[in-house]
Amino acid sequence: MGKTLAEKIIGKHAGKDVSAGEIVVVPVDVCLMQDGTAPLAIRQLQKINLEKAANPKRTVLFLDHAAPSPRKELSNDHITIREFAEKTGCQVSDVGMGICHQVIFEQHLNPGEILIGSDSHTCTGGAMAAFSTGMGSTDVAIGIALGKTWFRVPETFRIEVTGEFQPGVYSKDLILYLIGLIGADGATYKSLEFVGDTIDNMSISSRMTISNMAIEAGAKAGLIQSDKKTKEFLQKWGRVGKYRELKGDEDATFEKVIKIDASRLSPTVSFPHTVDNTKSIDEAKGIKIDQVFLGTCTNGRLEDFDIVCQIIKGRKKNPKTRFIVVPASKSVFLEAMSKGYIKQLVEFGAAILAPGCGPCVGVHEGILGDGENCISTQNRNFKGRMGNPDAFIYLGSPATAVAAAVAGEIVDPREFIAKKKPRGKKVKTTKRKRK
Amino acid sequence: MILKGKVFKFGDDISTDLIAPGRYFHLRSNLPEMAKHVLEDADTTFASKVQKGDFVVGGENFGLGSSREHAPTIIKLAGVSAVLAKSFARIFYRNSINVGLPALICDTDKITAGDELEVDLEKGQIKDLTNGVTLTFAPLPKAMIRILNDGGLIDHIQKHGDLKID
Repeated sequence: MGKTLAEKIIGKHAGKDVSAGEIVVVPVDVCLMQDGTAPLAIRQLQKINLEKAANPKRTVLFLDHAAPSPRKELSNDHITIREFAEKTGCQVSDVGMGICHQVIFEQHLNPGEILIGSDSHTCTGGAMAAFSTGMGSTDVAIGIALGKTWFRVPETFRIEVTGEFQPGVYSKDLILYLIGLIGADGATYKSLEFVGDTIDNMSISSRMTISNMAIEAGAKAGLIQSDKKTKEFLQKWGRVGKYRELKGDEDATFEKVIKIDASRLSPTVSFPHTVDNTKSIDEAKGIKIDQVFLGTCTNGRLEDFDIVCQIIKGRKKNPKTRFIVVPASKSVFLEAMSKGYIKQLVEFGAAILAPGCGPCVGVHEGILGDGENCISTQNRNFKGRMGNPDAFIYLGSPATAVAAAVAGEIVDPREFIAKKKPRGKKVKTTKRKRK
Repeated sequence: MILKGKVFKFGDDISTDLIAPGRYFHLRSNLPEMAKHVLEDADTTFASKVQKGDFVVGGENFGLGSSREHAPTIIKLAGVSAVLAKSFARIFYRNSINVGLPALICDTDKITAGDELEVDLEKGQIKDLTNGVTLTFAPLPKAMIRILNDGGLIDHIQKHGDLKID
């Protein structure tokens, strides 16, 4: 009897075959905390005199949610975090270095490992076949101090995705579509395992977008096999020796199988105020947009900048729409600079901010005004998410978001994607009327 | 242990952004102050009206969203003795148990705002003293019962020196 990817990874760590439903205690390879959740964790450990780390080199504390700090209370939290790291030998990823999920993936995590983080989007690590899951501060505090945690082995939903995306449709549209299909609690406690030729052909960056949003369907993990693309990624980051090929067995027991034909997907938008309130782009067209945000652990990578910069070439930003851009990490920022993307974005009218979470969490750097509409490439649009309960957040792909920056309203990004040029002739794409 | 108090009723999908809004992020190291704003975007009057021992009662998918442990922590700090819902988001559920706040799964459609409830944690029973209905709640996984009985995860670790969940 075959095993799912979740059962394989957890089983390897538990030292025995495991099946969905079992409770096990397992060692943890990598731990992450962020500046919104680490101070509480630190105070919990101080309460019971357990200020230590079992694996300090692989425990990373990120200053990303409020970075640079907008208030002295948060600056003091940053001091608490640095002092804990000094005391225990844990690593600090300081202001401007980037978002926890992006940096842990770039620099620390390996296939087959277990990652726990005090941030719900820790599931991003699943894109390299690492069992990665978000937990609360105390769970991660204990995981850091003792080097272990307990899991209930999750059942798996197998998500089979086949076919090629149409131009202008991306992995963000796929995952938003899936969440809209099964609901925000459709996969509570489950492991989502993504397979199929669409996934095989997907870049690591696009896979990260999918795994990142597994929690928005309630899932414990969002796992994708490790393969040649994973190996190339690890090579780039100097860890090719850590590559292992890992995939779930075809004959494993799945609680559910969902099949999606990627070629039939259109750009998808989540409407306020839940992620699963998804609609096709046709229903979103015409919604006036005050702020566009490109960034976050979901879509703040070079591939996203590439797509956006192709769309804005030769186009102007709508004067009534703000465009905030935040690279997900220092590495993304540097690469975007070397490719000329930053210059292009600034000339277009974007406000570029230091790598971090930016306005996503409602702490700083782009809080919305009363009644304002924002379209964002982030993963969550709950009421009040971006700092004002009297504002409205739409979620979409980088293409959908930047198309709105041009048009001043939500439009179909496919109209901005250059069609294949016949030899020698330039094919004009539809130019939106400037408002 | 018997818990007794008044019901504050909420709907489905009460997110962690409604429970612990991002604009109070800077109060995360001042939780008593943050607790004054608990559930503010779901009910602006809740924090000022809730009394020690009262219950927060939701519908489906209570606590969806973030892993912020501050969410169940400030609900508890506000004096709430247990959260009841038809279903919980998984990180919130585990966090709630970890901070010693019982999270009970039951048919909350039968409970109305303002009802007086009596909850018997050992028996697994909820008595709505206002409408006479008796409900049972789904038993917690064994690992969580141990943690809750010890008063939460930190107390559990302090007591046993390790994870002792079987």
